[in-house]
Amino acid sequence: MSVTLIFLAVIAAIAGWWLSQQRMLSKPWLEVGQHHDTRPQGRRPIEPAKIGLGVFLAVVGALFTLFISAYFMRMASTDWWSTPMPKLLWLNTAVLASGSLMLHAAKVSAERHRDDASRTALIAALALGLAFLVGQVFAWRELTDAGYLLTGNAANSFFYMITAMHGLHIVGGLVALARTILTTRKGPIGSKGTLSITLCATYWHFMLAVWIVLFALFSGWANDFIDLCRQILT
Amino acid sequence: MVDIRSGTDRALGPAEVEDVELYHPHSWWTRYVFSQDAKIIAVQYASTAIAIGMVALVLSWLMRLQLGFPGAFAFIDAERYYQFITMHGMIMVIYLLTALFLGGFGNYLIPLMLGARDMVFPYANMLSYWLYLLAVLVLVSSFFAPGGPTGAGWTLYPPQAVLSGTPGGKDWGIVLMLSSLILFIIGFTMGGLNYVVTVLQGRARGMTLMRMPLTIWGIFTATVMALLAFPALLVACVMMLFDRILGTSFFMPAIVEMGEQLQHGGGSPILFQHLFWFFGHPEVYIVALPAFGIVSDLISTHARKNIFGYRMMVWAIVVIGALSFVVWAHHMYVSGMNPYFGFFFATTTLIIAVPTALKVYNWVLTLWRGDIHLNLPMLFALAFIVTFVNGGLTGLFLGNVVVDVPLSDTMFVVAHFHMVMGVAPILVIFGAIYHWYPKVTGRMLNEAMGQLHFWVTFVGAYLIFFPMHYLGLIGVPRRYYEMGETAFVPASAHTLNEFITIVALIVGAAQIVFLFNLVWSIRHGREAGGNPWRATTLEWQTPETPPRHGNWKDLPVVYRWAYDYSVPGAPEDFIPQNQPGPDNLTRETAT
Repeated sequence: MSVTLIFLAVIAAIAGWWLSQQRMLSKPWLEVGQHHDTRPQGRRPIEPAKIGLGVFLAVVGALFTLFISAYFMRMASTDWWSTPMPKLLWLNTAVLASGSLMLHAAKVSAERHRDDASRTALIAALALGLAFLVGQVFAWRELTDAGYLLTGNAANSFFYMITAMHGLHIVGGLVALARTILTTRKGPIGSKGTLSITLCATYWHFMLAVWIVLFALFSGWANDFIDLCRQILT
Repeated sequence: MVDIRSGTDRALGPAEVEDVELYHPHSWWTRYVFSQDAKIIAVQYASTAIAIGMVALVLSWLMRLQLGFPGAFAFIDAERYYQFITMHGMIMVIYLLTALFLGGFGNYLIPLMLGARDMVFPYANMLSYWLYLLAVLVLVSSFFAPGGPTGAGWTLYPPQAVLSGTPGGKDWGIVLMLSSLILFIIGFTMGGLNYVVTVLQGRARGMTLMRMPLTIWGIFTATVMALLAFPALLVACVMMLFDRILGTSFFMPAIVEMGEQLQHGGGSPILFQHLFWFFGHPEVYIVALPAFGIVSDLISTHARKNIFGYRMMVWAIVVIGALSFVVWAHHMYVSGMNPYFGFFFATTTLIIAVPTALKVYNWVLTLWRGDIHLNLPMLFALAFIVTFVNGGLTGLFLGNVVVDVPLSDTMFVVAHFHMVMGVAPILVIFGAIYHWYPKVTGRMLNEAMGQLHFWVTFVGAYLIFFPMHYLGLIGVPRRYYEMGETAFVPASAHTLNEFITIVALIVGAAQIVFLFNLVWSIRHGREAGGNPWRATTLEWQTPETPPRHGNWKDLPVVYRWAYDYSVPGAPEDFIPQNQPGPDNLTRETAT
């Protein structure tokens, strides 16, 4: 569970930093009047949807961290053989990363009011997302054809389960992206449309980061890092 | 004299929080059924939770009948007994307590107490309730599934949970239970995002974090914890579903079942325990923190005194929330672990007692020389303090490895956790319902029925659970369907069990009086008016009672903290949070 504890420590640090800005030491019983609100004036507050997405990503992060924790703990058993990674996963990673780039381009274009460029980039991102999912299914096929079945070994089970979980999150992202494409289809992309695109982009970057961590985990590179951590701890 | 800040340096206009555009329902269906109004959703959550809670209450009756009068009721066989235990525990902890505190009170109180019109994502909020209802329905459906519900115990430990020796293990029971939990967690996440972001972004102008009522602090912190802890249960559920349906070996070691070697091998049951308790221990505080917050507000309001040590109370809530993530393995002392781990987890467990004790002292000091009104909310709040101290003290026993190991599988543990996270939070729920019912319905609950309900519940709970400590100390094991012929259990223990069962039946019946009161008072209760308790917090200052969709005409502006009771020189013994009032009317000494 040490991976999870490290993740929680990061969350706790963020929460602690935020709380430190909130005048937790003030004495509210002595303060009457409305002038003690520290929230910025004039400047618009951060959109609730952005904060909402941030909190949601923390939850998703916790979910995948726990899967990774479980992976490491199960790995300690003697019946563990790592699953070989299909070469196709490299291509999938590239596809997912270019989806991320496309969404970033869509966001930047929307902010600069180049609406058509933004729309094109959104559709390209959607196509890349679908391509990633198809690629993942092909990677699964490659593994099953080579005899690495779900129940064959715990490493295989984890690979299929965690990639499926990641895929489900990508599907959710694609639904949101499709909705954004539909709502921004006509007329100029206003601030609401730009916000939707920004949220999609943030989500996509996050899922890309999660995928890279997972890929490193499955390929075994993360093990060396963990071994190092173990040595430091013991 | 302490420095009092004056209000002239940075005066702000009132409309700093932008008004939001509300969703306006067009039909009866979208107004009362598929409603996006947090208040309606709160009532839906609460009614569903109470309904499923009644099922769990009946299950506890059936268990007690078996324990008090073994074999007297033929239909309670060993399998059914374990199914009753499992469903009782799971329903009470998750589908009643968590849903009622966060989904019920959270939805009702967060927007109103913070001066918001609604939650920030009303649509997700609505989905949250319907997923919760679906989870409850899936859970209930397992009673009617072939093989019945799972009998694995509420902790669902593998491998036994998915083997044929356990009721529902090879049938539908465990699958339905795991699916229901997954649905619940997805639904809760939607609601939880709402509660957190509403607290962060939806507060009225002037409502700084340190002016929030402690109820909101409790619910907010508990929600943050739940958002981070529930994923652990989700992971455990998904992995167990894979083991059960697809034949993987995450948790399943090599096992011979009925003389047949199963295809599983190498899995780690301890891994499940880690995941489960990583969720399970924070869950205790997910239930306790809202209770702490609510009880602080009840005590302050009904003792007409500001809460003692408000800052300490806030810090304690945050510290308890953080610490509760590093104590989970104290539930696993008997699972076998490195002694140093046991030492670590015993230490963190005992450290939690410090902020918790601090809260208890502050409640008592708030009562000290207060103008205590012994009305129903106050009675329940007082009962909570006593019960929580009792349950907390036995927690100190069990937190130590050497004491826990011999007591772990006895009724002592049952007594401990029922006192600390069963009876105590339920008492707060009752107190809170008596307190806020007038705001929800516009009418008071009947006092006579309430008094009957309180005294039977409070005294009865002690008559049930105090003797259980004793049973545990003489070694009566928990989870046993029947004791049989046991040399170390004296005959008097059986008499005691009969006594406990009879009291449990009576206490359960008292809850029916409460339910009747809830329904009866909607029409026949005394008119309450907008602020019957003369309370300071914003929910009592709404222009209408019950508050209409949107809560406010103009968004309120907050000028003071939530506890300005009995301020010297003030014309009344309370000053609402949204009353500007002259600056010199404030406390001159720090408490």
